[in-house]
Amino acid sequence: MRRWVAGAAVVGVVAAAGGGFALARDGGPEVAREDVRIDVVDGPGDDEKVTLDASFYRPEGLGPVPAVLLAHGFGGSKRSQAAAARELAGHGYAVLTWSARGFGESGGQIALNSPDYEVKDTRQLIDWLARRPEVRKDAPGDPRVGMAGPSYGGAISLLTAAYDSRVDALVPSITWHDLSDALLPDGVFKKLWAGLFFTGESDGSTACGRFLPELCEMYQRIAQTGQYKESDVEVLRASSPATAPPVKAPTLLIQGQSDSLFPLDHADANARRAQGPVSVVWYQGGHDGGEDESPLLTELTADWFDQHLKGLDTGASEPFTVTRATGVDSTSGRTWLRAASAKTYPGLASQPRELPLEGAEQAVQNPAGGFPAAVSALPGLGALNALGSLGSLGVDLDMPGQSAAFTTAPLGASLRVTGAPRLTVKTDRAAVLFAKVYDVSPDGKASLARRLAAPVRFTEAGEREVVLPALDYEFARGHRIRVVLGTTDQGFAGPSAPATYRISAASALSVPTVPGLATPAGRPPAWVWILPLAALVVSGGLLVRRRPKGSFEPSLEGVPLQIDGLTKTYSNGFKAVEDLSFRVEKGQVLGLLGPNGAGKTTTLRMLMGLIHPDGGEIRIFGHKVTPGAAVLGRLGSFVEGPGFLPHLSGRDNLVLYWRATGRPMAESRLDEALEVAALSEEALARPVRTYSQGMRARLAIAQAMLGLPDLLVLDEPTNGLDPPQIRQMREVLVDYAAAGRTVIVSSHLLSEVEQTCTHVVVMTRGRKVADGPVEEIVGGRGLENVFLEIIGGGV
Amino acid sequence: MSRALPLRVEAVRQFRRRRTLVAFGLLLALPWILVAAFQLGGEQEADGRPSLVDVATTGGLNFALFSLFVSTGFLLVVAVALFCGDTVASEAGWSSLRYLLAAPVPRDRLLRQKLIVALGYAAAAVVALPLMALLAGTLVYGWSDVTLPTGGTYPASAAFGRMAIVTGYALVSQLVVAALAFLLSVRTDSPLGAVGGAVGMVIICNILEAVEALGSWRDVLPTRYLYAWLDALQPQIQWTGMAKGAALSVSYALVLLALAFRHFRAKDITS
Repeated sequence: MRRWVAGAAVVGVVAAAGGGFALARDGGPEVAREDVRIDVVDGPGDDEKVTLDASFYRPEGLGPVPAVLLAHGFGGSKRSQAAAARELAGHGYAVLTWSARGFGESGGQIALNSPDYEVKDTRQLIDWLARRPEVRKDAPGDPRVGMAGPSYGGAISLLTAAYDSRVDALVPSITWHDLSDALLPDGVFKKLWAGLFFTGESDGSTACGRFLPELCEMYQRIAQTGQYKESDVEVLRASSPATAPPVKAPTLLIQGQSDSLFPLDHADANARRAQGPVSVVWYQGGHDGGEDESPLLTELTADWFDQHLKGLDTGASEPFTVTRATGVDSTSGRTWLRAASAKTYPGLASQPRELPLEGAEQAVQNPAGGFPAAVSALPGLGALNALGSLGSLGVDLDMPGQSAAFTTAPLGASLRVTGAPRLTVKTDRAAVLFAKVYDVSPDGKASLARRLAAPVRFTEAGEREVVLPALDYEFARGHRIRVVLGTTDQGFAGPSAPATYRISAASALSVPTVPGLATPAGRPPAWVWILPLAALVVSGGLLVRRRPKGSFEPSLEGVPLQIDGLTKTYSNGFKAVEDLSFRVEKGQVLGLLGPNGAGKTTTLRMLMGLIHPDGGEIRIFGHKVTPGAAVLGRLGSFVEGPGFLPHLSGRDNLVLYWRATGRPMAESRLDEALEVAALSEEALARPVRTYSQGMRARLAIAQAMLGLPDLLVLDEPTNGLDPPQIRQMREVLVDYAAAGRTVIVSSHLLSEVEQTCTHVVVMTRGRKVADGPVEEIVGGRGLENVFLEIIGGGV
Repeated sequence: MSRALPLRVEAVRQFRRRRTLVAFGLLLALPWILVAAFQLGGEQEADGRPSLVDVATTGGLNFALFSLFVSTGFLLVVAVALFCGDTVASEAGWSSLRYLLAAPVPRDRLLRQKLIVALGYAAAAVVALPLMALLAGTLVYGWSDVTLPTGGTYPASAAFGRMAIVTGYALVSQLVVAALAFLLSVRTDSPLGAVGGAVGMVIICNILEAVEALGSWRDVLPTRYLYAWLDALQPQIQWTGMAKGAALSVSYALVLLALAFRHFRAKDITS
């Protein structure tokens, strides 16, 4: 029974640990979904009718709540945001998701978040929300509403908030500030991303799918030639927060560090243009992909809305947050990410440090046709960025002869760069260059700090400032920072005419730093503390016990042994000893007699505190015997064969055994005991495993006699002894008892018992059948006859 | 009587055993065997994943870390299980247990002293290996900064602190193995059974850990965080994994040891 309790306790601890991993979700409200079609009117003349496919998620039973418009990314639809919508609705928001015009089941064509089209659509969605009774209102026609969405959906959030002051808070993520700068940075066509952007929606029937025809034509013209017109820039800029009125609503800008489509400087520009409160988050991912950080981003988004739509003081949103790869979890193999935050948003050029660059003027070639081209950013390679920041291998590639490199001296201490490094570069002619930042380890291995390249156009010979890709990256002590200026990059359409440029660095490298950006110490989950405490309680519970009643009976102080009603039944039901009682007085040599299985050994083991009796008690000199009771120190025993450490010598065995009792060596009477054993010095120095059976038996008797105990218990002491030794042993025992001590001998050699013992106890089948002085029991008939008669009678 | 079975006596009783000497001999020889293996094997090609193997021969400290890495999963487990699993069961096997108990050494006292000495030997084994590897590696590969598998380096002075963390965690994480071996040692008279049982538990846990379908249930496996000390070798020390591993190991150990004491108190010694 006790065993089951103990087992259940272990299971309980494990289950508690398991529970810690799957904590029940907080009891948010039930969420109901309503699929709706919303008719809107847009176009430059407000005369084009479009039906938008939308879903409305309302938390039930809460009354009017703030609303959130959740926009989807490019190529998605309202369905892409279903999970996020449900989650936000569970936080107590009425959430409207919709497929933007040209996407999903909505009508119309893609106008790239044009103020004439998509912005007008979303403003009418706000009108729709204002008519819903579930939505809280700031004023008639003005719902309390936030907007959020990634990429394309982030831009519509920014643009809607810019054109419609009813938007109360927004969380645009990985989106653009100026679309022309994203697709034509510094006038260089970002061909890879533009191609994915414009052709990704095609169903095969047309080149661009559901784009407005004029946008499709514009893309195809630029993609063929790499050239663009000023009017193209105007079209793209019109769909950009850069040309919209400044946003006044509180804005949380989330941008990706692995984003070659909308790099960090877009978020920076959006932050600088905003006129309301702004927080900026740089996470590891972005359009190029990366570790999944959605739990953190979802939490930040919900906190932002809680603060600015519900007016709760969440205290969570710092003005600037950067997630950093701090290592690889060796248990799960996943990259460790941790958020560092600062009390102000520092921009991209905070507290710059100037690092001199080594490297003379270098000649580089632009290959004809711009091919082969260097590889830096590629969609889908973003995950390598986090690993790259930990220094592992990369796949970046620079073509020979196409790049110039300028390198700092080895860093005396590690340097965390946060922002966009910059330097002045000089060329001997007009050129397009792609600027990248490398981390060079002490052994000369160079890898991209971030897989990003910033195109730079030199319109004429001379100097200009080159702004490198913005990043958050730690260069280790002893490493060097290298700026590489290449003539080609896979992601861009550079000039196709062959050319040779001579390039030199005309300034030191200016690297921005944000010392205030601190990573809070990671806190392990609560079960790390709770579990050991629980285990401590459980183990304490397992060890609680009733104090054994170590009682003392003064009237029996002079009685070496009194056994009273002793009973032991083994777990298999075998009754080894039953109601056994006898008493041994000082000076007696008691013989314990009985056939095999009579219970002699069990009795002796109970006497030694090795076996717990089921009933009755044993008292040695008045003290009740319990396991480890101190009075056992007055008992010397040799029961069921010797027990020695085979690797130790005979002498060491005895010495260490005595030391184990914790009593002073002087009390051991080692020499007297060894005399009994009659072993030679040579034998005593040998390991016990080399001993014969008789030698071991003698050594064991000597061990039992260490300290000359008041009560000596010997089980078959003459086994393995030769006749002279048996005779000697008999004398030893008689002398021992004569000195006022007491001896108990169990033996099957009846003649031995008869010659040695003063008293006998005869047992059979666990019961005592006779006891008394030997002469009385024997009565001159010979012990053997009497014994057989007694146990025969007991049958 | 509370001074029964002093630690010194128990330590001497255990030390002269061939088992003890062979176990330490093996652990101390392993670094030299590894040195020989690296000399024989010659240059190796990196497979692209950061690993301690790639940087094992860059210096003594790196070599010590590598030795620890290759022995954590099995060799150290066996060593710890050996010292803790054998201690009571072998006494029962020799029949010397009953004489110790009748000496008398109170049962709790006997277990406590034996546990302390066994843990001491196990800890010495866990510490001896990296120390000898440090010596061997320094003699053969020289003294230099630690090169982290992920690329960075650490000055040797800072590396000592990291080594101490690594070794300390390796000790704590083996507690669960020690406790299980000890519990089995109390429950059986066969030392091999106790040692084998504890090692078998580690093997089974390793197998279960490979079953992805178990998901987060694997996080309660006692061996889940056996290698979490690698987190101390990252540019920034990651404490979470080690905290979890230590919590789990200590918790299991506490309960297992309590079960051992509880069982031993009530046990009828029939060996």
